[in-house]
Amino acid sequence: MFRFILIRTGGLIGVLLAVSLLTFFLMHWVPGGPFDAMTAATAQMIPVELVENMEKLYGLDKPLWVQYWLFLKAALRGDFGYSYYASGRSINELIREHWPHSIQIGVLTLAFSAVVGLGLGIFSAMNPGKWPDFLGTGVSLFCMSVPSFVFAKLMQYVLAVKLDWLPTSGWEGWSEPKYWVMPVLANSLGPVLTLQRYTRSAISDVMRANYVRTARAKGLNRRRVTLIHIFKNALTPVVTVAGPMTASLITGSLFIEGIFRIPGLGWYTNAALGRRDYPLILASTLLWTTLISITYFVTDIIYALLDPRVAYVKER
Amino acid sequence: MNSADTAALSTPAVYRSVGQAFWYRLRRNPKAMVALGVVLLEIVIVIFAPWIAPYEPGETDYEALWSPPTAKHWMGTDDLGRDVMSRLMYGGRISIAVGILAQITQVVIGLPIGAIAGLMGRWVDYAFMRLIDILSSVPSMLLYLLMVLVLPRGFVSIVIALSVTGWIGIARLVRGQVLSLKTTDYVRAARGMGADTRHIIVSHLVRNTLSPVVVSITIGIPGSMMAEAGLSFLGLGITPPMTSWGQMMGLYQAYIQTSWHLTVFPALVLSLTMLAWFVLGDAMRDAFDPSIQV
Repeated sequence: MFRFILIRTGGLIGVLLAVSLLTFFLMHWVPGGPFDAMTAATAQMIPVELVENMEKLYGLDKPLWVQYWLFLKAALRGDFGYSYYASGRSINELIREHWPHSIQIGVLTLAFSAVVGLGLGIFSAMNPGKWPDFLGTGVSLFCMSVPSFVFAKLMQYVLAVKLDWLPTSGWEGWSEPKYWVMPVLANSLGPVLTLQRYTRSAISDVMRANYVRTARAKGLNRRRVTLIHIFKNALTPVVTVAGPMTASLITGSLFIEGIFRIPGLGWYTNAALGRRDYPLILASTLLWTTLISITYFVTDIIYALLDPRVAYVKER
Repeated sequence: MNSADTAALSTPAVYRSVGQAFWYRLRRNPKAMVALGVVLLEIVIVIFAPWIAPYEPGETDYEALWSPPTAKHWMGTDDLGRDVMSRLMYGGRISIAVGILAQITQVVIGLPIGAIAGLMGRWVDYAFMRLIDILSSVPSMLLYLLMVLVLPRGFVSIVIALSVTGWIGIARLVRGQVLSLKTTDYVRAARGMGADTRHIIVSHLVRNTLSPVVVSITIGIPGSMMAEAGLSFLGLGITPPMTSWGQMMGLYQAYIQTSWHLTVFPALVLSLTMLAWFVLGDAMRDAFDPSIQV
């Protein structure tokens, strides 16, 4: 186990380095610098000398390799520098301000999708060929074929414009459900689909396993077989998808946050891309990558703990 | 009952080739036929759009600005009085073409990489797998956005942007197939009877990998269409005067309170198209799999 953790940590560092390099150079390759975008946004000409001074201040006049090296040195200390756009504010401060909104939406989405996805998956696997199974298939087809932003707009039209049950957009934190019902529903299409499919196939597999037949044959209580023999074994593969899903949910969706005007990290990153706010783009990409890689890592460990047959490193 | 018996039961003996058996089994699935009908109908409509569409896509009718659906404009008009139905037909050209072309590009890149990684093994496999690890650790939407910004705006750039990470799925699939086939008894038996690598690749690998690849392409097309729609919705995909379903939704999403038809019709068409492709892909997977009774 220790060896496994060591190897994976090495891999994580490698991936983070590669991703930061890729994003850094791709980002700088995009035409237009941060101060061009600012000029365009305010429709004012900024004197060339001023732009030069600004670039000097943020180190943008140095060669790219030097800039990357400086970024890396600072990032290792947890310092991602200052935003070019929101002047005087550090990236860490901005992330602290915007991320909590995304986390709240993400956690709500996860809770909702877990209930619906697991419920539908279990329900349809236990009743193959009957109506719960058809319901499950219908829901999964819907989740698959309707993109989240399309569903968001359709809901906005029906629930907010036509019926006037909910406000079209806005965000007041998790304590105001009328603002988050639509974002959470729209955001949960993908997670519901994944969880439902995994759960259904995992449970159908386990139901056909010999040990379940044995348990039934020796006359064990039905509920006991379902809870202990089926669920406990079937939910192990579901754990593997839940981790990375959580990571990508809590970093916020560009579409959902944009459509419903939620000032979260996804929305802010998209805006930063338009403003060429390099430090913010880089920091939120790395945040995403780190979270995803860590969840993969943790998932693998949980998996090994749940399933004693799994061994990652050969015993010597 | 093993899978060969099932296949023998559900497929008449006269259909000897894989393609014939596949088509026979697909035809017996009504859902698949409806989906195939929708897909083909849409392709015909978008190809013949110049003859079918009631108006030109850029044609403006200043008598009917922001018109809701009427007898003259079945799906209404936009701010410039352009007919929404005609624009949907022309926009479909882009949406469907991006879906198909992006998928072809991804297969052209992914299939050889997967096959080479699986066949060569060792450091080649290791190198490609690490590359895939890195690419799949970058948020895909962010990578699309950066690529779209880096490349000159246009149709080809979107196909390229979607293919930068899109090939990973196919490569993984093919590699997995190759690795598992390498250890199957019939490949080992063929080896034992003195078959050379070329023979094994041609008559075992290609045949066995073909059907999952075809299914993955069919399911990948709506996936690429969704990604294009997303990019265009954000205003970073197809640029005017060209149009696509996602772009139409994005351009007029702010007017949903007053002109619902500008968002709702593209949304419905996009969803219906994706549904048809997914159902078709699913049915194709079943039709290729002899262990499933149709």
